[in-house]
Amino acid sequence: MALLEVKNLGITFGGLHAVDDFSFNVEKGQLYGLIGPNGAGKTTVFNMLTGVYKPTAGGFTLDGENLTGRPPIEINRKGIARTFQNIRLFKDMSVIDNVKVGLHNGKNYTIAEGIFRLPRFFKEEKELDQRAMELLSVFGLEGERDVLASNLPYGKQRKLEIARALATNPKLLLLDEPAAGMNPNETAELMDTIRFVRDKFDMTILLIEHDMKLVSGICEEVSVLNFGQELAHGVTTEVLNDPKVITAYLGE
Amino acid sequence: MKKHLKKIISVGIVLAVYALVIILVQTGALSRHYQSLLVPIGINVILAVSLNLTVGFLGELTLGHAGFMSVGAYAGCLFSIYCDLPTVIEFPLALIIGGVTAAVFGVIIGIPALRLKGDYLAIVTLAFGEIIRSVITNLDFLGGAGGLKGIAKYKSTASAFTTVFVVLVITVVVIRNLVKSRHGRAICSIRDNVIASESVGINVVFYKLLAFVMAAFFAGVAGVLYGHNLGILKPNTFDFNKSIEILVIVVLGGMGSITGSIISAIVITLLPEVLRGLDDYRLLIYAVVLIAMMLLNNNPKFTAFKENIKAKLRPGKKSAAESVNATVNVSETAAEKEAE
Repeated sequence: MALLEVKNLGITFGGLHAVDDFSFNVEKGQLYGLIGPNGAGKTTVFNMLTGVYKPTAGGFTLDGENLTGRPPIEINRKGIARTFQNIRLFKDMSVIDNVKVGLHNGKNYTIAEGIFRLPRFFKEEKELDQRAMELLSVFGLEGERDVLASNLPYGKQRKLEIARALATNPKLLLLDEPAAGMNPNETAELMDTIRFVRDKFDMTILLIEHDMKLVSGICEEVSVLNFGQELAHGVTTEVLNDPKVITAYLGE
Repeated sequence: MKKHLKKIISVGIVLAVYALVIILVQTGALSRHYQSLLVPIGINVILAVSLNLTVGFLGELTLGHAGFMSVGAYAGCLFSIYCDLPTVIEFPLALIIGGVTAAVFGVIIGIPALRLKGDYLAIVTLAFGEIIRSVITNLDFLGGAGGLKGIAKYKSTASAFTTVFVVLVITVVVIRNLVKSRHGRAICSIRDNVIASESVGINVVFYKLLAFVMAAFFAGVAGVLYGHNLGILKPNTFDFNKSIEILVIVVLGGMGSITGSIISAIVITLLPEVLRGLDDYRLLIYAVVLIAMMLLNNNPKFTAFKENIKAKLRPGKKSAAESVNATVNVSETAAEKEAE
């Protein structure tokens, strides 16, 4: 059984079929790509998988559990974490605090224990600090722990967002255009980081990307969306050479 | 070790301030007029610090803080009028009753109101404050427009100041500790980006309500202190202007800065009194000072100057101002890239 099984997923906004009858499976440990021209419905798929939108047709299961239409908080707790196309960091908080917000649900001390500074507060805050620093060092951000997130350079903001998503201890990580706005060097570095995350955390990753170098470089399988419908899916190299896909991207 | 030292210094400052004021009061070095301002200053600090929790840390604009203050004031003062316990027990109980009643109203108002955002929430909380005021005016057992009389007053300026000071310190410590815990980080994350905090599993509705209710609780406590200071409660004192005054204090002190709220509350409460000698020009100068302080607070050069001083006071930590300057260029180019 695949980790993520998406079956006949669809959503309509008014009369518009933004995504229609879309199915794909992501196996555990896989790096799966979701590609397609602008406006194809890729981010809409992400929004359904994270509970921001409720699908109007079909559904999806994570580890066999049906999570279709559940609220975002619950879906996150069940093990799906994401990053955003337009970076959404907690910009007025420090880098380490951004990660600690991600670790929030992993700790149990109550509001009263926090206010009265009881022993469990200190114990768990210490654990939070250590765990957050571990995650930051994976992304080479340990030197910027007290910098405000909005003051980080762009590439590091993208990394911090991934670190924050990983902090929620997900089974599946969704990356929405992680290389957007990056130069070729930064993209190459990002590819290494994504691979490293997959190996180190034993993570399953589903990503949206326009940079075909990144997609062909790291994705094992891809699905192609066009006008909300699946155009092709399969092994990356084959799909990228499919005339249908090339036409969709470049025109006749 | 360093952390302990910081704690000891903070406690030392608090005790020193307290001792200094008490000495000034007892020796009569502080005129009666200024003595009478001690309690209002303390109350405004409590109100400002608590409002900062919703406006500064949660990032939701609410204009009904005076409403919660009045609910707490009437509940707590009614209790102490009709209750005959020794003051040591009665007064703390009155404070708690005032706070809890205001908190209950916070839940009742908060559950529907916090679904709204920005301007709409501001209008709803503003309406709440006005409704509470007119309801109280029309309730006879609360004294109506004439006011609720016969509230036991503090025995002396020193005892009044001590009471308010203790409550003030508790308020500041509780709110500071809350903000610097995982729950406080959750509250701040909602301010910075709701969608992102939902995506990392933060229960947005719960934490919005928590901040809102905590703020209401301390506003209620401040109300009880206020009632016992004057001995009479009039509904008109808790009008829209009072809410705005607290909001001005918070904005001026800096959103999300507890120290800022404290200093600003002291300045704003004292300012009209210090300017009293200028008669007719008083309000004019008051307004000009407010505008000047606003402009100064939003001036990037002044912010950098403040950060530099902070960095100098805390050696070892990298100057935040420097890193700001260094990264501004980078993030600008990144923004341009994204625009392309």
